[in-house]
Amino acid sequence: MFYREAGQFRTSYAADQQLFPIRQDRLALLALLALAFVGVPLAANDYWFTAILIPFLVFALAALGLNILTGYAGQLSLGSAAFMAVGAVAAYNFELRVPGLPLLASFILAGACAALVGVAFGLPSLRIKGFYLAVATLAAQFFIPWLLVKVGWFSNYSSSGVITAQPMEILGYVFDTPAEKYLLVLTVVALLALAAKNMVRSAVGRAWMAVRDMDVAAEVIGIPIMRTKLTAFAVSSFYCGVAGALYAYAYVGTVQPEDLNLDLSFRILFMVIIGGVGSILGSFLGAAFITLLPIYLEVLLTFLAHEFNLNLAPGTTSMVQLLVFGALIVFFLIVEPLGLARLWQIAKEKLRLWPFPH
Amino acid sequence: MQFFFEVLIGGLLAGVMYSLVALGFVLIFKASGVFNFAQGAMVFFAALVFVTLQEKLAAPFWLAFALTLAVMVLVGILTERVVLRPLVNQPPISLFMATIGLAFFIEGAAQLVQLWAFRDISPRPLALGFQDAPFDWLLGEFNMMVSRFDAFAALVAGALVAALAVFFNKTRVGRALRAVADDHQAALSVGIPLKYIWAIVWSVAGFVALVAGLMWGARSGVQFALTLVALKALPVLILGGFESIAGAIVGGLIIGAAEKLAEVYLGPHVGGGIEGWFAYVLALLFLLVRPEGLFGEKHIDRV
Repeated sequence: MFYREAGQFRTSYAADQQLFPIRQDRLALLALLALAFVGVPLAANDYWFTAILIPFLVFALAALGLNILTGYAGQLSLGSAAFMAVGAVAAYNFELRVPGLPLLASFILAGACAALVGVAFGLPSLRIKGFYLAVATLAAQFFIPWLLVKVGWFSNYSSSGVITAQPMEILGYVFDTPAEKYLLVLTVVALLALAAKNMVRSAVGRAWMAVRDMDVAAEVIGIPIMRTKLTAFAVSSFYCGVAGALYAYAYVGTVQPEDLNLDLSFRILFMVIIGGVGSILGSFLGAAFITLLPIYLEVLLTFLAHEFNLNLAPGTTSMVQLLVFGALIVFFLIVEPLGLARLWQIAKEKLRLWPFPH
Repeated sequence: MQFFFEVLIGGLLAGVMYSLVALGFVLIFKASGVFNFAQGAMVFFAALVFVTLQEKLAAPFWLAFALTLAVMVLVGILTERVVLRPLVNQPPISLFMATIGLAFFIEGAAQLVQLWAFRDISPRPLALGFQDAPFDWLLGEFNMMVSRFDAFAALVAGALVAALAVFFNKTRVGRALRAVADDHQAALSVGIPLKYIWAIVWSVAGFVALVAGLMWGARSGVQFALTLVALKALPVLILGGFESIAGAIVGGLIIGAAEKLAEVYLGPHVGGGIEGWFAYVLALLFLLVRPEGLFGEKHIDRV
């Protein structure tokens, strides 16, 4: 009843081609943005900003990057965290070595650096696919953090490659409270998500999907495989790179390249699988799920231990977390391979007919 | 020169240890086309169950081995039933991601077992009943240090490969396995029961994981880091090709030797720590030249 497009006529090409052709979607998105930009900063406290909202947005951006590569272009990558590390270190160096460079410009340049590295490690994808490629991206995951630590120049010769992000300053205004950082991250993420939403329905995005569905067939109908795959790697790594810069500047502040390890790459992959492979919305849902799950698991375990007088050994939570993550991945792949985004879609279809399903 | 050979032999023998783990991957890939990322977790799990049985129940070696094997067979059958069967006919990449999930699950379960049995997760020593020492003869004659344990591991790997080769080529079940690997549907249509075959493959992979777990556990203690051994085995697979048992062995030897040599001769020039990625970069460069690996089958895509 509430989600029905009856009576919405598209009378111009512009109306037909807009991003959200259904009025309810547009209104819902505006409401969501209003909530995120106005409602949340008014209501949330510092714990929410620093422990939940900022990491959620940063990881959502990284998941979005991986989703472009894996979900849209069909190239599985296990190196997203390494590209985040490239972004973080590049942004740090641009801020450090180019005086007066605006912060956002160094974020964009950091993304561009990550994109270059991504293309370099995407080159094998021209010859290999599937798991061979997944293993090849592992090379990036092991090589890049090592390089960033070993070459002292990258971290300005600090011990063990640690970089400490400079304060974030845009046009003389310093973003230092959690709420301000949150708003900055939210703006960047919202803009990039909009760009991604646009990209995946353009010629580039359709070429990605054609390559994903069957690359030989795509080549036969005239899609340049090399360019398509490499753009996917470039765009995906750009997103991961910007996510890495935000991770360093807005979330943790002090980054050791080794923190951005294989575990994080897997976590980002899980966000994509659980959220929805090949869905922009899914990246956000997956990131929210994976960010919140450990917190709720911790609460639940503490509660259970208290209730049944169990004496849990330290570290139990992280193990149960592994167990639950693993089980959830298998569960989602079997029951709902398209993830939470698909559930949302089903809900929308149901809403369309409600209350008179036929 | 004699130092070079010492490093080379050490590397080759270490490579055999990688091959042991890589074999488990190859087995499952050959028989079901699944790239089983959980092999490393299975190695850890098998070693841990073995150690727990040995320490907590004071079981003798053969009993602990048999019981662990039974557990691994059970794990294999459950995996087939719960994870693989619902995913039949899904794209291989979904199956791959499912085994990543499985790997996390087994790692979590294994650590919970360890925590429950020993109250901590420090490395457990695993005794195979003989001391690791260099061969006196080689030490005296050529002044080379070659570990007895590594040589023993190489023997075990050799025996395992021989047994697997016989199993695959000479037995009825082995032939069925190869048929399934070739084409699921065709195998089904000539009356090969797919689910039993897969359960058997996963059980055999569990057996290989157990052997690898015993060797690695005896070498470096049973600890969570054993799961990372699987990551070491991946470049071996790439080099050797996913479908070839011989490839797993040859790839292991190449990777082991190259890694040790690079560590000794290249490492000091770039500041060390190169063993973490060298094998991967080597495999990656190799892939650019020969995408299907040394012994892999060439795939022809048809539209």
